[in-house]
Amino acid sequence: MSLLAVENLEVRFDTADGEVCAVNDVSFSVEPGETLGIVGESGSGKSQVFFAVMGLLAANGRARGKVRFRDTDLLGMPVSQLNTIRGAHLSMIFQDPMTSLNPYLRVSKQMTEVLVQHQHKSEQDARRIAIELLERVQIPEAARRFDQYPHEFSGGMRQRVMIAMALLCQPDLLIADEPTTALDVTVQAQILDLLAQLRDTLNTAIILISHDFGVVAGLCERVAVMYAGRIVETAPVREIFYRPQHPYTRGLLQSLPRLDADDHQELPTIPGQPPNLQSLGEGCAFSERCPLVQPHCLTDRPLLRQIAEDHSKACHRDLAA
Amino acid sequence: MLAYAVRRLFGAIPTIFVIIAISFFMIRLAPGGPFSLERPLPANIMRNLEAIYHLDKPLMVQFWIYLQNLVQGNLGPSMVYRDLSVAEIIGSGLPVSIQFGGAAILLALVVGGVLGSYAALKQNQMSDYSVMAIAMVGITIPNFVMAPLLQLILGVELGWLPVGGWGEGAFRNKVLPVIALALPQVAVVARLTRGSMIEVLRTNPIRTARAKGLPERIVIGRHALRAALLPVVSYLGPAAAALLTGSVVIETIFGVPGVGRLFVQGALNRDYTLVMGTVILIACFIVIFNLLVDLIYGVLDPKVRYD
Repeated sequence: MSLLAVENLEVRFDTADGEVCAVNDVSFSVEPGETLGIVGESGSGKSQVFFAVMGLLAANGRARGKVRFRDTDLLGMPVSQLNTIRGAHLSMIFQDPMTSLNPYLRVSKQMTEVLVQHQHKSEQDARRIAIELLERVQIPEAARRFDQYPHEFSGGMRQRVMIAMALLCQPDLLIADEPTTALDVTVQAQILDLLAQLRDTLNTAIILISHDFGVVAGLCERVAVMYAGRIVETAPVREIFYRPQHPYTRGLLQSLPRLDADDHQELPTIPGQPPNLQSLGEGCAFSERCPLVQPHCLTDRPLLRQIAEDHSKACHRDLAA
Repeated sequence: MLAYAVRRLFGAIPTIFVIIAISFFMIRLAPGGPFSLERPLPANIMRNLEAIYHLDKPLMVQFWIYLQNLVQGNLGPSMVYRDLSVAEIIGSGLPVSIQFGGAAILLALVVGGVLGSYAALKQNQMSDYSVMAIAMVGITIPNFVMAPLLQLILGVELGWLPVGGWGEGAFRNKVLPVIALALPQVAVVARLTRGSMIEVLRTNPIRTARAKGLPERIVIGRHALRAALLPVVSYLGPAAAALLTGSVVIETIFGVPGVGRLFVQGALNRDYTLVMGTVILIACFIVIFNLLVDLIYGVLDPKVRYD
């Protein structure tokens, strides 16, 4: 049985200007110990999928579909019941470590409260476990710094604290929403190494959300590419890199800077803008920007279809490998 | 922190001096004086009285004498209640006002805080709108309307509580004035708390707290309330200074012997020294409570440093 299975998930937001469809018909699953990458640009709905999974959607957001974690459906579950799962078996860390911790509470309190809540540990036991985890995520002098406030830690250190906090109850699945985007490149590499190391030692499944293919490639086994609230291609990471089958995925990969590229060559980009999620047409959402667009792409939305073993895409065209 | 507090208190001395100077000359600009009665006193008695209270000397000299006494902690004798010193009069009214004001502030903080947080959690729902509508009523109805209404309903019609009077400080007699004093503050605190709570609930730390699976009561009580209370503390500091030094209207309507009534009586009677005494008292309270606000900020927000 899959650890997490999302089926036909839809997320809608009621706004003053009308309804926005942030996520449409998204389905995927994660197996125990697996590492899945979710790639997409800003506004592609990749974070909203997981806010829906975690019950963290904004007040004007509604999620429909099925989100099964093991054998329980998380959508529509009462918050009190959801609270026994999130933070314990299912954890999430966020994009901005500078603001994700509570500035008014000591790191110690923010960590021990998780163990007290979910595992009914005593304050002393909780402190001991939390300090061990801080050491594990390589916070220097963890015991001494344990009672400091978040503002006394650097950005990279705060993200390490967030990771340690998410792992306190040894969750089966860690959702990392752009965990390195706000950090500088060297710190980014350290955090990714740390996640890889933790996955290997703790056997925690990880979902890594990123707009950066490079980040995903280093850590993930499988990748799902999202565009305008839909998954447009999903495949093992090597497949995606060597045989991308969706024109959007190709565009993304071509716009990565390459070490072996000619210095004078301009970095390719995908022309145009992502579509407005309030007024999505009948056809393929990528058709406006697609170099391979055909007339029926504008009227007929392509569904996700299997094109090879473990490789699916939502595109009418068949590309040469 | 102690050094900071001491520095702030010394820094307030010029402020208080300016307040003293302005009110000293202003009260003397008002027509009449402490001894101008409906039936004028004989000229020689008037001269004697003025000599005793130094009112026959030039203004600057009077001011100088007042300051000299003040530095020695002497607020002087009352010019109207001739057997009592200003310090004695304030000393009898202040404990009463502090009791009333303190109770009202506490009520405002607790009831207003709870109502405001509740409304924030039910944002844009019926219960939110009802709480906010009641709060708006509490803010807009002036206390000289609200107080008699309370007296009429709870005192006269239902007969639950005494309409007024001090009753030697019995608890029953204190309930209505405290409620009347607290109602507008409850309303303001509820609105402030709701506004800042809504802001805070949208921030990332709250998202993190929810992702950790903490129950809503801990998310609100431990994670959101502190930040949400900061604007309330800024408001309550000066408000507390005003309430603790007495409310003119409430004390008059309910016959409460507090500082507010003294202040008004003093001004009407041209009791120069009593007015000066209450002005200095209120000024000191405002200085102290503003300092307290800054110190409480330091307790609530670990990023605040005093250096």
